[in-house]
Amino acid sequence: MDAISRMGLTLGPVFFNWPAKIWSDFYARIADEAEIDRVVIGEAVCSKREPFHQEATIAAIERLTRAGKEVAIATLALPTMKRETEAIRALAESDMLVEANDIATVYLLEGKPHIVGPFLNIYNEAALGFHLGLGATRVCLPPELPISSIARMAAMCDGVEVFAFGRSPLAISARCYHARAHGLPKDACKYVCEVDPDGMTVETLDGKDFLAVNGVQTLGHVCVAATRETKALRDAGVASLRLSPHSCDMVTVAKTFRELADEKISSADAEAALKTLRLPGPLSDGFLRGLPGARLIDEID
Amino acid sequence: MKTPDAWKHVELICPAGTPAGLRTAVDAGAHAVYCGFRDETNARNFPGLNFDRAEMRAGIAYAHDRGVKALVALNTFMRAGEVDLWKRGVDDAVAAGADALILADVGLIAYASRAHPKQRLHLSVQAAAATAEAIAFYHERFNVKRVVLPRVLTVDEIAKLTKTARPCETEVFVFGGLCVMAEGRCSLSSYATGKSPNMTGVCSPPSHVDYREDGDTLTASVGGFTVERFAKDEAAGYPTLCKGRFCSQGKTMHLFEDPVSLNAVELLPKLIECGVTAFKIEGRQRGRAYIAAVVKAFRRALDSLETGGAMDVEELKRLTEGQSATTGAYKKTWR
Repeated sequence: MDAISRMGLTLGPVFFNWPAKIWSDFYARIADEAEIDRVVIGEAVCSKREPFHQEATIAAIERLTRAGKEVAIATLALPTMKRETEAIRALAESDMLVEANDIATVYLLEGKPHIVGPFLNIYNEAALGFHLGLGATRVCLPPELPISSIARMAAMCDGVEVFAFGRSPLAISARCYHARAHGLPKDACKYVCEVDPDGMTVETLDGKDFLAVNGVQTLGHVCVAATRETKALRDAGVASLRLSPHSCDMVTVAKTFRELADEKISSADAEAALKTLRLPGPLSDGFLRGLPGARLIDEID
Repeated sequence: MKTPDAWKHVELICPAGTPAGLRTAVDAGAHAVYCGFRDETNARNFPGLNFDRAEMRAGIAYAHDRGVKALVALNTFMRAGEVDLWKRGVDDAVAAGADALILADVGLIAYASRAHPKQRLHLSVQAAAATAEAIAFYHERFNVKRVVLPRVLTVDEIAKLTKTARPCETEVFVFGGLCVMAEGRCSLSSYATGKSPNMTGVCSPPSHVDYREDGDTLTASVGGFTVERFAKDEAAGYPTLCKGRFCSQGKTMHLFEDPVSLNAVELLPKLIECGVTAFKIEGRQRGRAYIAAVVKAFRRALDSLETGGAMDVEELKRLTEGQSATTGAYKKTWR
């Protein structure tokens, strides 16, 4: 396989509120062991968590960079407060590579080369073309897009990335549902989200797993796995797959997708490998197939 | 009111789901109505709603003849490979005489501002522009004249944003359905049903809703996921995903939001003082009697506020879904 068609692997930001030690150890292991090309690091969900990781972030970036990984800094999906936009402004003015997750961040980047994260609504070639014109060099498309839309966009740009592993983000709110479920006000949340490293399980009234709550963010219960689509995505020109961190063994997840992208293993092998891990939920590729995002891989065939 | 200037441009923006609904809202005292074409280009793509091309031209003419503005919403996100459907919608709305287009997709906004540079553009709530920087982006780049603010902001935040947004105007929802998630950034419906507000213009669509009788209870589900259970004698509300009851932490609760609707009538004086230009009533899917009652009540409230009188808050309370209403995120305690 030549270098051009080699599909890259990107590790997305940790969406969850992991204790600082676990968080640092996670990035140390990614730096030392994971077959990952790029890492997006930083807080995309709740700015109240940022102080916990500030020092560790600098160390993690150094270690990841030393290990030869391209590093970009994630930004909030829904900044509303002044201190949040000011923090983004400072980042935008630094020499760090920034991943924008809100149009405010795109505004603050003022045309500097940047990455567009999965929280910006890029559903079509017109929106993609517009963002490329503003300096986006890589664009992680929204997780709800079907492969038909992805292929259209991948054909016009060699920086398209697809959400390929992990619980897919579904919504973001001003309200903290973790705090609400624990009977706490958002401003005195006691950081209760810390107890759920992969999100808080939300079941229906009849006990069926449905969603996962992560502070102000809502995700699907299932675990997206583009195992059966990896080849089609690569053939369509998708540049990289995004793996979203969970508490399971992400080094093995990365290794599995590396081998799958290189056609060293089959999708069935990949699914079998993933199923040996402590996954946050059953494997799903519903969104990619244009089906409900909750649809399981095993239900479809 | 102390600041008569603030009144000069205050507009009541009312839903027009059908041609008859448009006439109802116009006759009831709307300053402006908003409507959409009968396809996936607008976020209320429900069967039996919306306008074909001829109806749109006639509806806009009806409004204009009575001094009322007509805004056309094309506020879903274009499907890759089929962007012409949306672009044609823009062209036809302009040709029909729309006073403004309400858009969300940055690709479509770019097209509209390029193809129709004189057309007034509003940013849909579906674009969820929640910061001064986001508003500046759309205003500076596309000359967007007004931004419909997401329902995730507090009144204080709205006040600050409205000030910094100028000359770009702000519009806020004051009555009707309430999204608890940032609008245009929610795929709960897509997750459960495969149909989403962003891509198909529907949320928790009726085609995927099922009611099942279970002894003394009625179980409502969306896409096969149970969302609510009602006692036999209880009024069964529509099962919107984010307003359902779920189980977490060993508790059963309305985890995201109670099945309430938004009623911010009591905040009108404050919002006007903040400099908010337009007040929007949600509900293009609602019946004409409801539209007539809500529009009249809000117009009366605005008119009496303008002349220094008091508002009849009770009347609107009776009109809220299930008799239960909230001021939502506008009051910070909601968070």
